[in-house]
Amino acid sequence: MEQKLDNNNVTNGRLGSVFEGREKCTGSVLLDYLKCAPAGVCIKGLERSFGNHLVLKGIDLDIDPGEIVVILGKSGAGKSVLLRHIIGLDNPDAGSIRVAGEDVHNPDFSKHHVLAMVFQSSALFNSLSVGENVGLYLKEHKIINDDSRINEIVSSALELVGLGGKEEVMPSVLSGGMKRRVATARALVMNPDIILFDEPTSGLDPMMTRTIGDLICDLKSQVEITQIVVTHDIDLTFYVADKIAVLSEGRILQVGSPDEIRNSRDAAVQEFIAPQFG
Amino acid sequence: MNTVMYFFKVTGGLVGLLVETVYWCKSAFTNSDKVLQQLVVIGYQTLPVGALIALFSGGVLALQAGPALAQFGVEENVGGLVGLSIVKEIGPVMAAILVAGRVGSAMTAEISSMSVYEEIDALKTMDINPVRYLVMPRFIATVIALPILVIYMDVIGWFGGALVSAVNPEVKLSIDIYYNNLAQFVDFTAVVNGLVKAMIFGVIISIVCCYVGLKTSGGPREIGRSVTKAVVLSFVLVLVFDYYVTRVLLFLNLD
Repeated sequence: MEQKLDNNNVTNGRLGSVFEGREKCTGSVLLDYLKCAPAGVCIKGLERSFGNHLVLKGIDLDIDPGEIVVILGKSGAGKSVLLRHIIGLDNPDAGSIRVAGEDVHNPDFSKHHVLAMVFQSSALFNSLSVGENVGLYLKEHKIINDDSRINEIVSSALELVGLGGKEEVMPSVLSGGMKRRVATARALVMNPDIILFDEPTSGLDPMMTRTIGDLICDLKSQVEITQIVVTHDIDLTFYVADKIAVLSEGRILQVGSPDEIRNSRDAAVQEFIAPQFG
Repeated sequence: MNTVMYFFKVTGGLVGLLVETVYWCKSAFTNSDKVLQQLVVIGYQTLPVGALIALFSGGVLALQAGPALAQFGVEENVGGLVGLSIVKEIGPVMAAILVAGRVGSAMTAEISSMSVYEEIDALKTMDINPVRYLVMPRFIATVIALPILVIYMDVIGWFGGALVSAVNPEVKLSIDIYYNNLAQFVDFTAVVNGLVKAMIFGVIISIVCCYVGLKTSGGPREIGRSVTKAVVLSFVLVLVFDYYVTRVLLFLNLD
């Protein structure tokens, strides 16, 4: 993992070294609590239209367990719509999405699998403190009845995302990057099979973008979880991705490793990434 | 045609939300903290403004009716007139309008903001049912708080009427006579009548305001529009249902 990150840093040369000047957060209580069983995703012939506008035009995509897959595309390409379908918030007109072999729209899906999402707006509950936001899932589903144990896990999750000691802070006083990290901690305590990130760096400064990129890599190295990242941020894409799917106008143009995408002969793919590497 | 479709869509949506909310009332005890929190907001924090409105409503009724009754030498009936008007109509309707304007608007603003900023989606991804988590506590709290608020406003409204009847030189009715007359006319059935209306208004306000909030989409501008829509729809439905509930109560000889 460290080797992969080093390679990316050398290739990209923009984001600097991972965890440089920053102590790795272990979040040991959380890591003990998590029973990671990273799941693969299989998307076949996914179509979705809004009115007469066909937004997803037959998406096929396979994601292996434990991979970080980045779905890269311009604004309006259908990235967020695709993400909402993967997590089951929207129903497709045609096609299927299977996680570990089970259709996400199966009524019993949530009994067997947990998918967590970090929203573009973070979607923290403003009436709850940071700690209450992170512990909400555990409390509402009564997964753990011991409040002190919940507090331990919440503190550990916040520590893992570099926000230890912020349990009592209200979300309204946090910066955009801190909110994303709290949302990531909230997603982690759900003990998910997959975490989905919707535009995790949108509206953030370069330093915070790097922090979020570090966090995504950190999760892979420490939690070994399948992660799907939707973004138009090319720096972030090549920094974190094991596999990249380039999406344009509702179609996947190419799926491949960062090197394959970088050396793609597809004109549309090159047009999209050229400003970065040209 | 679109308007007809929209009417049926909204009506169906409201009824659907009501049924789902009643279903989730089964988990009211395990969510008692949220219900209590809403009771404080809906009930307790509405008491001061409720008192003010009730006091002046009772007062203005006595101010209008007192001199007219005095012309016919039956000014002692002010107590009964004010008492019945408040307990059957003005108390429940004023309390409902107050709660719709003050609490219903806040409910819609909060829930529509949660819709716009993806917080409702976040709840769904956490497998937390938004109806159970957000609507059910507000529904139960409103249905409990509104009748209590009505009793409270009835008592203060009666007092407002008594005060004005006593100090108005055209009426000059002692407080004893006022309350004796009020007690002759206002019986238990009249009070229950008002409380039944209050409970129905509580159902209308909480369901309408939460429904509009949950259906909000788009940007921040939609939050303001949703609040206006929810409050206006609540007012209209409260007044429409007031008429039909009164008709039903009259039919059942309970009015």
